[in-house]
Amino acid sequence: MLNNIDLKGMRIAVTGGTSGLGLALVRNLAASRARVAFVARRAQLVERLSTETNACGIVGDVGLKEDIHAIALEIAWNLGGLDVLINNASSLGPTSLKLLADTECEELHEALVVNVLGPFRLTKALFGALAASARDGRGGIVINISSDAAVSAYPGWGAYGAAKAALNHMTAIWAEEARDEGVRFLSLDPGDMDTPLHTLAVPDADPATLKRPEDAAQEIVASMLALRESVPLELARRP
Amino acid sequence: MTAADRIDRRFAKLLAANHDGVISHLPRAALSSLFQPSDLVVANDAATLPASLQGVHRPTGEPIEARLAGWLSFRDPTRFVAVVFGAGDYRMTTEDRAPPAPLAAGDGLEFGPLIASVEGLLNHPRLVHVSFAGHPASVMSSLVRHGRPIQYAHIPEPLRLWDVWTKIAADPIAFEAPSAGFALDWRTLKGWRERGVGFATLSHAAGLSSTGDAALDRRLPFDEFYRISEACASAIEGAKSRSGRVIAIGTSVVRALESAGTDGTVRAGEGRASGRIARGARLRVVDAILTGVHQPGESHYELLRAFADDSVLDRVRAAVEERGYRAHEFGDSLLIERQAA
Repeated sequence: MLNNIDLKGMRIAVTGGTSGLGLALVRNLAASRARVAFVARRAQLVERLSTETNACGIVGDVGLKEDIHAIALEIAWNLGGLDVLINNASSLGPTSLKLLADTECEELHEALVVNVLGPFRLTKALFGALAASARDGRGGIVINISSDAAVSAYPGWGAYGAAKAALNHMTAIWAEEARDEGVRFLSLDPGDMDTPLHTLAVPDADPATLKRPEDAAQEIVASMLALRESVPLELARRP
Repeated sequence: MTAADRIDRRFAKLLAANHDGVISHLPRAALSSLFQPSDLVVANDAATLPASLQGVHRPTGEPIEARLAGWLSFRDPTRFVAVVFGAGDYRMTTEDRAPPAPLAAGDGLEFGPLIASVEGLLNHPRLVHVSFAGHPASVMSSLVRHGRPIQYAHIPEPLRLWDVWTKIAADPIAFEAPSAGFALDWRTLKGWRERGVGFATLSHAAGLSSTGDAALDRRLPFDEFYRISEACASAIEGAKSRSGRVIAIGTSVVRALESAGTDGTVRAGEGRASGRIARGARLRVVDAILTGVHQPGESHYELLRAFADDSVLDRVRAAVEERGYRAHEFGDSLLIERQAA
């Protein structure tokens, strides 16, 4: 794919890095010479992608409270700090789309834990590193991957949509609160992509009608750079 | 939510001793309204490693606990200074812990997935250099998952990593928490920013605060590595040029800044702080320190003697006792200004 953006030295972490959009992001960022760490649950896939891209692979589950600080520590140690956190790991909740009245409470819980609590915990654990990056004049950015299901009330997408709506609003509030620390927050809706998660949700969708995750990744990197350019680097240095 | 939070930080207290030795008592939440627009607060953004490792001394099969206490080479997780204990756990005070099986250079040690060996002893049966087998990244990964934060006998529930990271924790290099930083939260930083009080951070690899062994404790603090960013160095220069005060959050910040600024100008970069700062030391950079409540004899307390003379510190101790200030890592705070010469 086209890759003419040079991110040399930018320290970027991606959750859910071995599948779908996350996988495309890790490949894109690593090819653009960023220093990349990615997180995923399956050791074998983590190792394979790490070998392929030279990115730092971390085995962990953002849905598990016990894993969060270990993940944050490994990210900060391996990258020597952090400039950008991309909370991409996501869960549909129920394994296939269900009406809310048919959704088990445990399925909603799963969607909230992975899509809301996980990003909150990891962002909080890494907020010190992101703010430190901002004080050093590098800016700090958090990108939370959202969905149009957060905005439109699609029947069958209740657990996922409600969780992504919560993530969106939390992102908006973080953005307000963290601006003066020099840390920028952004929700991005990558669109309907040809990914394993989408196949799980809509098994008979025609892949030809779906966006390629590689294209969505390229758009996200462009948004990240645009946001970075807009960060007043002197912000944190004023007396 | 957990052990550390149950010690309710919202009601923490702050004793302030100004440059004339005048003592006042404040709720610690009032920190955000202290200091002047020209002042600069400098904190340690080190995140704490899970530096306590339970394992086995291979030659004897006896259980041991190694507490990592310092880097041999900064940020290289394959070699450390460590203090080794025998059987027992943190519920026993370190003073009562059994010594480890006699250690010798070359002894194999096993900590869960980590294989290590004793490189050598450092003139004490508990103090060693250890080296871990493997690639640094995989050693760090195993360390993070097998290790636990160093525990304290006075806190009954096991501390987890989230208990020992300050709100500003960024750089995972400390062996014990830079605990003065527990007084800070983002609301406090916001309060300072709104009032024009500067804020900067450095990263200092705080080591053990106590080993429970009198002979070893006299050798504390061990040498500690630090890194000072360009932004931090220039913020200090700015504060000095405005005649603002530099307020250090914790003894580790004092050690780093005074080590990096022996001629009064703090240089950016990495360095190693060695030796104690104590009575008679001339402070060239730091004007005030926020710290916990310490006891005479501890290296942290000795450092305060560089800020204020014993008549002031004695009155501080009396006030602390009278008003029931809590002394441990998650306790109340003291703000000591350097006494006017």
